[in-house]
Amino acid sequence: MRALVALAVLAVIATGLVLALSDIPFGAPDSRVGPHYNRSGREDTGAVNMVTSVVVGYRAFDTLGEITVLFVAAVGLGALLHRTSRPGGGDDREPASMVLTTGCRYLFPLILLFGTYIFMHGHLTPGGGFQGGAVIASAFLLVYLGCRGRRIGRGWASSVESLGGLVFVGLGLAGLAAAGHWFLSAFLPKGTPHQLFSAGIIPLIYVAVGLKVGVELTGVIDRLMEDTQ
Amino acid sequence: MSFLESNVYYMGALGLVLVGLLVILVRHNLIKMIIGLSIMDTGVNLFLVAVGYSRGGTAPIFSRAASDPAAMVDPVPQALVLTAIVIGVAVLALALAMAVRLHGHHGTLDMRKIRELRW
Amino acid sequence: MIVLVSLLVALMLAAALAALFFRDLLSAVIASCLVSLIASILFLFLQAPDVAMAEASIGAALLTAVFIIAIRRTGRYEE
Repeated sequence: MRALVALAVLAVIATGLVLALSDIPFGAPDSRVGPHYNRSGREDTGAVNMVTSVVVGYRAFDTLGEITVLFVAAVGLGALLHRTSRPGGGDDREPASMVLTTGCRYLFPLILLFGTYIFMHGHLTPGGGFQGGAVIASAFLLVYLGCRGRRIGRGWASSVESLGGLVFVGLGLAGLAAAGHWFLSAFLPKGTPHQLFSAGIIPLIYVAVGLKVGVELTGVIDRLMEDTQ
Repeated sequence: MSFLESNVYYMGALGLVLVGLLVILVRHNLIKMIIGLSIMDTGVNLFLVAVGYSRGGTAPIFSRAASDPAAMVDPVPQALVLTAIVIGVAVLALALAMAVRLHGHHGTLDMRKIRELRW
Repeated sequence: MIVLVSLLVALMLAAALAALFFRDLLSAVIASCLVSLIASILFLFLQAPDVAMAEASIGAALLTAVFIIAIRRTGRYEE
């Protein structure tokens, strides 16, 4: 009975969506903002990756809102799963074999290096702060799963996270004070394209965002995993 | 064949949204409902990126190979979807933390049995 | 090319339906991870490499890990 009602509701919603979608042609968008960003992105921001120039250059304020939402979600998760003391030991399974722990220990710095490469080159190649941060969090997840019992230090993690957010806001305020009359203006020199040190404040913002997101997602996994080990 | 070629991405995104909605409506376990939310999220993101595609376009990155800005796809929907993916994962992690606490309090995750809203 | 994309979309919808019908929550989570992975490949066909990287690393890897940890702390089977 419930399934029949659900299918009827879905049929109505599907009809509405199909009627709406038939007006959107595929493959021929008629927007003018996108081509304008493509044409003048390289001169305005200095970045070569146009998606980076939109995310961190033209629409940097929206990215500030996004990392605020991430921060609030991580804080909410920490508040929901709060324990005053960590449950100690009590692991009566057999410990992980030496092949597993040695392999995880040697892979960990390599994956960290890969994540750092991704967010440092966000203005040159596909990538950026969020992707690099997720790869850093996967490196910590590998250590949690492989070498059981190793954890990230709570105080150190939260200070890196706060520092990343402060650097972002600080760069915006410095742009307000230095160059012009708006927040997050590009006040550092743009350099030549295709170089690592180019594109003004974009690499600095992405380093801050990459470290912040990486440590934040690691903290989320750490809080969730607390009870099971 | 031309109908399929011009609509397959839209049909895939629409199908994912409808299947996700069906999972939320029909199943009772809270974690199954959150899985349905995640499928709906993926469908909407796929739809947004498909709207910004232009035929014969290339990725919006200047390189030694491609440097014609007129032949690139729209970068604004891609920036939007990048934000949406990250926020979706954060919200789903918070929902799972709430599910874990509910399970600790009630002992079950069946939504038909957790109905003690008192006022 | 269009045959390959149609097959991938059909596989993605089949995996989403499998996530609906599996009673074992662990299998349903793996099916939703497959949906995310095929969506990441489709993003690459739509000329969006940034979004493909974000979906593969955040959506397919980290979200699945968070789901599995949450399932371990609650029940594995849907009652």
